[in-house]
Amino acid sequence: MTPDIAIQVRGLTKAFDSRVVVDDLSLSVPGGRIMGFLGPNGSGKTTTIRMLCGLLTPDGGGGTCLGLDIVTQAHAIKRQVGYMTQRFSFYEDLSILENLDFVARIYGIDDRKRRIAESLERLGLAERRKQLAGELSGGWKQRLALAACILHQPRLLLLDEPTAGVDPKARREFWEQIHTLAADGLTVLVSTHYMDEAERCHEIAYIAYGKLLATGTVEQVVAGAGLTTFTAQPNAPGALVTDLARQLAGLPGVELIAPFGAALHVGGADRAALTASLAPFLTGRGFAWNEDVATLEDVFIHLMGRSRDNFGRGGAE
Amino acid sequence: MTSLGFSWRRTFAMMIKEFVQMRRDQLTFAMMVGIPLLQLVLFGFAINSDPRRLPTAVLDADHGTFGRAILAAMQASNYFEITGTVAGEAEAEQLLAEGKVQFVISIPADFSRKVARGDRPALLVEADATDPAATSGALAALAEVSRHALDRDLSGPLASLKPPPPPVDLRLHRRYNQEGNTQYNIVPGLMGVVLTMTMAMMTALAVTRERERGTMENLLVMPVRPMEVMLGKIAPYVVVGYIQVAVILVSARLIFQVPIVGSLTLLTSASVVFIAANLAIGFTFSTIAKNQMQAMQMSFFFFLPSILLSGFMFPFRGMPGWAQTLGELLPLTHFLRVVRGIMLKGNGPAEIAGEVGAMALILVVVSIIAMVRYRETLD
Repeated sequence: MTPDIAIQVRGLTKAFDSRVVVDDLSLSVPGGRIMGFLGPNGSGKTTTIRMLCGLLTPDGGGGTCLGLDIVTQAHAIKRQVGYMTQRFSFYEDLSILENLDFVARIYGIDDRKRRIAESLERLGLAERRKQLAGELSGGWKQRLALAACILHQPRLLLLDEPTAGVDPKARREFWEQIHTLAADGLTVLVSTHYMDEAERCHEIAYIAYGKLLATGTVEQVVAGAGLTTFTAQPNAPGALVTDLARQLAGLPGVELIAPFGAALHVGGADRAALTASLAPFLTGRGFAWNEDVATLEDVFIHLMGRSRDNFGRGGAE
Repeated sequence: MTSLGFSWRRTFAMMIKEFVQMRRDQLTFAMMVGIPLLQLVLFGFAINSDPRRLPTAVLDADHGTFGRAILAAMQASNYFEITGTVAGEAEAEQLLAEGKVQFVISIPADFSRKVARGDRPALLVEADATDPAATSGALAALAEVSRHALDRDLSGPLASLKPPPPPVDLRLHRRYNQEGNTQYNIVPGLMGVVLTMTMAMMTALAVTRERERGTMENLLVMPVRPMEVMLGKIAPYVVVGYIQVAVILVSARLIFQVPIVGSLTLLTSASVVFIAANLAIGFTFSTIAKNQMQAMQMSFFFFLPSILLSGFMFPFRGMPGWAQTLGELLPLTHFLRVVRGIMLKGNGPAEIAGEVGAMALILVVVSIIAMVRYRETLD
């Protein structure tokens, strides 16, 4: 049974030594969906995930995970959640098989041997099962961690930057796995830095400095930001995007300036002010201008810039 | 969902994991078996609380028969070894100050003549008493020496100078250890000392190691309870503790010929309480310490008073009341009484019940502290 809403939290707040890391965060994740959890380093993603699975007690707010209260029923939640930590946290001095066997025994999985064998087979770990986890490369460690997290057939999977330090091929395979699991009804909350991964999610939530800034599908988030963006492509020798960026900085309506290869992305929420500011640069400066659709990255840089102005100081994971 | 209470199945899972990890860490495992043997042989042979053949210098201004007779009797007692004669007081003073000799014996001029006249001349024995234990045995023997050294020489016309027999016939039974053999006391005690050190240290590292390696986060997110973690981490080391007990008992018997008068079964069953108590103490350290370094420091701070206040090194009854009270809080104090009681005195269950009970109480109290201290979150 997959509940309609897998995660429903409201007003989550957590501070470490009076430093607010997660600030009044409300989040709702529908069952059976892959929710991408995005945000810069130190934005509070890890802290939020830890509060969801009972590893940290929120200072304020609360809610439910799989219909269970995250504060009072943390133990019951642990049985039904798979949590993959940011840093590899299985035993490096145990083999793949021994690690999985340990997990299977702790969760009291029936028909342990067969389930472990299946899991090894599915994730392509069978041939390496006798190898010590500490001797594995990043990609294999990540496979092991995923295998161990889903061995007890959780209903919710919390993945904290699972693909950090993993090569593109392994990342692609990893995401295929995640989609297969979600198709079977598993709800997945995955935090990441990578924009291409965000676009593989059904929905995304963007958090910066402990505050949730945007949620929805990628299209909804992009549309919701209401950004007008232009790309300036240099078409004359001597035209440098760095010079252009310096000249545009601080003009009214210009909220986003981001180099994009040889080109420059310029954008802002106030279309009229932006076009007025850009008018003098449109001709005779050696750049060809095109209006285009804002990318997710444009939106995030914009959101982050705005929230930094509001926040004033950094947070931490 | 199944019960969220205590589960033997999860405890068993923890145990298997700890066993495998222990097996992988072969250096530690080798140390746990090697250390007791090494320490036993080293300390068993090295420590002697009744030192003999102590270097002695003689300042003899008399050169008479009676003086020589006394010196001979002192040598015969085995406590004194005359390493040389000195010419004057300054030289004697120098030797004592430098620690070259433990004793200086000064025989004044006219000593023999005064003895013969019945003048009771003085004989000066100066001892380097910086370490009272080093000299006490020798000084105790001295009284006996002075009484009987001259027996043979005081004959014929001098027979009247012989001391009269004491009014009481004093009979001394040194029970359980007739010859005052230090090894009989030290070797069983070492069993407790070795267990205290290795057991407390091993579990002190148990939780902090998980925390430092980052595996704690994973363990906390699994449905395993504090009690299960503690039992799972302690149980494998009980086995290690038993290996140590076996190694020490066998070498105590074979190398040092320490008698085992009482029941071996009783000794091994009492040992399990002691081993568990030390493991629980170590586990509690690891719930308090932030890293392995701190855990090591804590177990060391626990180890020192255990050696000094338990009666292993110094007589327990020699300590003031408050120190004895502190000593009673240490499991080693009680275990020493148990192990010496069973091995040397042949104590039975009734005699050791109180001591085992005290160790069990320590085990329970420390476990409760550990359970309160064990954090189920990362807060």
